[in-house]
Amino acid sequence: MLWVDHYRPRSLDDLHYHEGLSDRLRSLAASGDFPHMLFYGPSGAGKKTRIACTLKQLFGPGVEKLKIDQRVFLTPSRRKLDVNIVQSNFHIELTPSEVGNYDRVVIQEILKEIAQTQQVDLNAKQRFKVVVINEADSLSRDAQAALRRTMEKYMSNMRIILCANSTSRLIAPIKSRCLLMRVAAPNPAEMKAVLSYVASRAGAGSIPDEAADEIISDANGNMRKAILVFEALKMQTPDLSGPLSIAKPDWETYCHKVADMIVKEQTPQQVMEVRSKFYELLSHCIPPTIILKTVADRVVERADESLKADIMHWAAIYENRMRLGNKKIYHLEAWVVKVMSLYKHFLFDIDMTGFED
Amino acid sequence: MAANFFQVKPSAKKAGKEKERVVDPNLQPWVEKYRPKTIDDVSSQEHIVAVLEKTLSSTNLPHMLFYGPPGTGKTSTILALSRQLFGPDNFRTRVLELNASDERGISIVREKIKNFARQTPRAQAVASDGKSYPCPPYKIIILDEADSMTQDAQAALRRIMETYARITRFCLVCNYVTRIIEPLASRCSKFRFKPLDSSSTTTRLEHIATEEKVAVTPPVISTLISTSSGDLRRAITYLQSAARLSAASNPVAPITSRDIQEIAGVVPDSIVNKFAKTLGIDIPDAVDEYGDVEMADVGKTSNNTLRGFDLIREEVRGLMREGYSASQILTQLHDLVILHQTLTARQKSSCALVMAEADKALCDGADEELWILEVALRVNKAVNS
Ligand SMILES: Nc1ncnc2c1ncn2[C@@H]1O[C@H](COP(=O)(O)OP(=O)(O)OP(=O)(O)O)[C@@H](O)[C@H]1O
Ligand SMILES: [Mg+2]
Repeated sequence: MLWVDHYRPRSLDDLHYHEGLSDRLRSLAASGDFPHMLFYGPSGAGKKTRIACTLKQLFGPGVEKLKIDQRVFLTPSRRKLDVNIVQSNFHIELTPSEVGNYDRVVIQEILKEIAQTQQVDLNAKQRFKVVVINEADSLSRDAQAALRRTMEKYMSNMRIILCANSTSRLIAPIKSRCLLMRVAAPNPAEMKAVLSYVASRAGAGSIPDEAADEIISDANGNMRKAILVFEALKMQTPDLSGPLSIAKPDWETYCHKVADMIVKEQTPQQVMEVRSKFYELLSHCIPPTIILKTVADRVVERADESLKADIMHWAAIYENRMRLGNKKIYHLEAWVVKVMSLYKHFLFDIDMTGFED
Repeated sequence: MAANFFQVKPSAKKAGKEKERVVDPNLQPWVEKYRPKTIDDVSSQEHIVAVLEKTLSSTNLPHMLFYGPPGTGKTSTILALSRQLFGPDNFRTRVLELNASDERGISIVREKIKNFARQTPRAQAVASDGKSYPCPPYKIIILDEADSMTQDAQAALRRIMETYARITRFCLVCNYVTRIIEPLASRCSKFRFKPLDSSSTTTRLEHIATEEKVAVTPPVISTLISTSSGDLRRAITYLQSAARLSAASNPVAPITSRDIQEIAGVVPDSIVNKFAKTLGIDIPDAVDEYGDVEMADVGKTSNNTLRGFDLIREEVRGLMREGYSASQILTQLHDLVILHQTLTARQKSSCALVMAEADKALCDGADEELWILEVALRVNKAVNS
């Protein structure tokens, strides 16, 4: 098992950072009138871990006995939808965005089902079951609408925990029915503490300061990423006391290469080269937004100060269009062309000012 | 699907209803516990209540359309009204509630309403609780969250309303009245629910606080009001969470405005001010609660080798790591800019432009970090021009 999973805290008491938040969760779990909740925050900050710990606080260890089901749902047009569902006797966890625009059907059926089933286990610590909905910020409008009244009507035997990166895309009536729980990314000191803890638990000795600092600064608050990189490092160089070179994930190195190509040469041929690299990245299922942001960040590091704002401006514009559009590659490519032309103009302007005076 | 749905429904309803009754009120969320039981219990919507009181005494109900923002009492009002008309015993046979979580394709809605309307209402004048209820000879069909019904379903509803006009009254409930097709809307008496005004919200919150024996200070109430913007459900949820958290701390700590802000996801002023300063906006010390501390802080901003673009980039990264929602940051930055004392109208207009673009982009699901950065860079440019 990977270290990220193996050394994942299992109860609220084991959680490392944000003690205040853990205290709040503990008192909510103890109160009996546990509300619907919305956990939000950047990736890798530990939302899911916290949710799992909260469930354990609510229901005890039984909640860790999971079974995984594949369920089939039928859309009104009789299309079959396969959805993976993780559940225990006390809760059920699903990611409705897996089925795209049909998410409403899944939400509707699952909630109805949970709302009808009474808690049969007489020893259960709570009368309600919990439905955990992952990636709640990708729920369609319809699916969100389907949640609204259900959240009120079946409150006596069901609670909902939504997990999302951000609250911006959730409709107001949903936010109004939940208690919002912000899970910030850990700060560098907190991340360091977690890495040391993992190192000692894994019998990897202590982690040298420079290595830790570098991993942490690369991870930008993403605890999962930091632990993954650390484990990879340890596998590569079992002796951490010598000189270390911390490898970035392959896709990241690849994105940096793309950025360097854009900076180096601005020609139609180069656009074609870059395009094939984008295809490569997309075919490895790297999310297009991540590709664009990683490449843009690197280009900006190398670009002249006067170009930086414009490059990011167009990144924002094309990322937005990419979300609305269908073919991700078009928009990635369009951004590259835009940036190259900004570069050209920049060079050209300098030449002209040289001539004018 | 349809068949399956019908098998499921009756038991679902029963299970929900029966459980509701046995639930210990102490374990109930306050929003449910303090849901108005009668229509004169509904705060702040005096006009609507007055009209409905009249229809209650004449028991002659028109078709109705309730609309307004979340948490203003629409669902509560129609449920209370129905209960007052029919009492607890007849409620189930006389009131049909369909909401967005039910399957609402045209054929299903038609079937359900047909089935429901067909059974002849048998009135039972004296209810088990000893009171008597008007029990008028019709049934009420509540279509909650009607704005998420398709246009086709709405069009079909027109006919259904006419067919069963003698024995049913419809009540459509929605947030956005413009999503209801005109021919349907024009068949109903419209009732607009306003966001709750601050004095009714105060009264209501103080009432709940007294009942629940939690101490709230006027600043806490005013924070509840400002963070919930007229949505009473939100205000009550915040209050309950804050009360629970304060009771759980040891020794019991009084609820503070900051607790409410944290629960509501509001970005602390000190952070917004620091962000604004990074963008080159003047923050007079008076605005800043912790003026001195803050100034010192900005002087040595994380890394004083950073300037220009890189400084702003790093600041945005930090904000995103904290997990604040982009739309919340945007709202607060917007208020700060628009109310700012020394920025020129021109500068404010440029800022307003980019904020509007960002709002739209965020609604489309664009990347939050890219757009907060975009806003930051363009505000910075506007302020420096
Ligand atoms: N006008 C009001 N008077 C008293 N309580 C209210 C009022 N409005 C809202 N509430 C409180 O808020 C809760 C939610 O109100 P309600 O369900 O009626 O909102 P709604 O208008 O239907 O909202 P939505 O549009 O989100 O469905 C109620 O249980 C009650 O506690
Ligand atoms: Mg409602």
